[in-house]
Amino acid sequence: MQKLADFKLPQFFNYPPYFTLQPVRDTREKQIQLWKELILDYCKSQKIFLIGVEEDFPLFSNSAIDRSLSHEARETFLSAIVGEGRAEWLDKGHRKCLILWHRIQDWADIVLQFVRDNGLEDSVMTVEEIRSGTESLGTELQGIDRTILMRALKLLENKGKLALFKGTSADDEGVKFSV
Amino acid sequence: MASGSSSIAIGGLFENAEVTTSGRPVLRRNEVECFLLSSIDIDSEDDPPRFTALRSGNLILTTHRLIWIPSQSNESVPSSIPLSAVTHIYSHKKSIKSMFHSPRIRFQADPGSIVVTIVFRGKGDFDGFLSKLWECWRGRAWEEEEKSESETSKSGSGTVAQGLYGNDGTVRMVGLAGILRKEQEQWESTDKSLQDAFQDLNALMSKAKEMVSLAEKMRQKLLSAPSSQNGSTDDEEMGSKEEMQQWMLSVGIISPVTKESAGALYHQELSRQLADFVRIPLEKAGGMISLTDMYYHFNRARGTELISPDDLWQACTLWEKFDVPVMLRKFDSGVMVIQNKSHSDEEVMSRIRMLVTKTETLRVGVTASDAALTLKIAPAMAKEHLLSAETKGLLCRDMSPDGLRFYFNLFPEIDPTNLHIVKEFGTYGEWIKATSLLSV
Repeated sequence: MQKLADFKLPQFFNYPPYFTLQPVRDTREKQIQLWKELILDYCKSQKIFLIGVEEDFPLFSNSAIDRSLSHEARETFLSAIVGEGRAEWLDKGHRKCLILWHRIQDWADIVLQFVRDNGLEDSVMTVEEIRSGTESLGTELQGIDRTILMRALKLLENKGKLALFKGTSADDEGVKFSV
Repeated sequence: MASGSSSIAIGGLFENAEVTTSGRPVLRRNEVECFLLSSIDIDSEDDPPRFTALRSGNLILTTHRLIWIPSQSNESVPSSIPLSAVTHIYSHKKSIKSMFHSPRIRFQADPGSIVVTIVFRGKGDFDGFLSKLWECWRGRAWEEEEKSESETSKSGSGTVAQGLYGNDGTVRMVGLAGILRKEQEQWESTDKSLQDAFQDLNALMSKAKEMVSLAEKMRQKLLSAPSSQNGSTDDEEMGSKEEMQQWMLSVGIISPVTKESAGALYHQELSRQLADFVRIPLEKAGGMISLTDMYYHFNRARGTELISPDDLWQACTLWEKFDVPVMLRKFDSGVMVIQNKSHSDEEVMSRIRMLVTKTETLRVGVTASDAALTLKIAPAMAKEHLLSAETKGLLCRDMSPDGLRFYFNLFPEIDPTNLHIVKEFGTYGEWIKATSLLSV
């Protein structure tokens, strides 16, 4: 079976009907389920947070069998993930989709665990440091999508676990943990 | 015409009439149906009655017989009276009494000068029937047949003559010139009968049987032709000959039910005739045929008495009311087909299953035309079957620039909680094997 980067594709990725949106309800539901799982697995392993419906996304076409998903099929599968709370449309036109293989709540828990692991309970960090600082190297937070991180941080702020404040430069915000 | 021995019980006049499974009379050679009336009783005028009266049936007038068929299957059996037995038709008396009566026609028939009364209990073109009865009786179509039979036997014996001249002194057909002349003569006679046929539409119906026998003759000739020519014919010619044979075979309903002959019972009788007719085309088409195809077959067989698509549809919908072995079926897509009642979907489904689980088709799927070849049915029908197999979850589809293909539906076999697991025994495993064969 072929691979995308180091991601092992399942056998059915070469099954031509997998790439045609099935019209029969039961068959379609099963197909959508399989696409949902594959997209989430792939995004998680490749740390992909954003899928553009109109952009090239490796899963959406299979050159080995010369098949690719139609626009309608892409939107259907992504909408199914959104419906499960594992993704969000970033625009009304459904062109960009934010993939949440961890839900925001789970990301918030990961941030808290990261704070505890590094003894940062009362420290101050910039948002950028959480994403790309030395402490986050090798953790799930490394390279996290800024939008997702900010949503997780805001959730924690509402729970009183931290305070967000404006930094000196406009594109950086500070975090004061108080776990 | 001899009266059958079985008819003694009902007065020596009636013969048992053969009917088809759908309740249409079986006509004899060259017999043409002329009129049909419903709610007819047949009584004996004599006192005491000379035969048991026949109650409430359809009366069919043909060029040869009066056929009475019970409308419900009661004790009465379908019976017929040969027109040749009729010795006198009484003229219709208009009197005060007859105004309160149901209209009736009386005629005398042999053997024994039995007076028979036809009583019209329902509505219908009574006068039209009477004049048609006169016409058929005077036409003496049965005598013509006897005459032509004796003629053919005469000309048959004529061919025994030897030498350059025939029995009647004409030059016999010899050599190439003879063949050409024979051909020419045949064309002329064919041309003449065609011209006669089109001169008068009324005359056309009387020509119908000649047309049919002409078609039959031409078919016989075509059938014998390939053996007499030692392989000199090329493929194209053979193809057109086969086509011609097919055409000839399908000219065939000598006595089509028409609005004129059947009146109010038109659709009902058309429906019965159609039920009898569809059997052969249906068999050839593999048990199911589209309504449009049948329209074409049926009208071609009817020759000049074409029916409208609506008439065909109405005739088919009436099948529900009769005990006929065929039915009209509407697919989800709106396509309407005629199929045998015995034609089971399960059987078609299992054949499709067989087809799509073969190693090769597992890998590349099937198109409607592939399925048509395997199932030996029309591609349009094959597509309907594939679509209904898809609806049942047996198949799923693949749309690509190459067109629509159907694959065995593997989706139910794949475990969504572990995308990589493959059960050892299953079609999914078979499919993986089939596809991996390709990459090796």
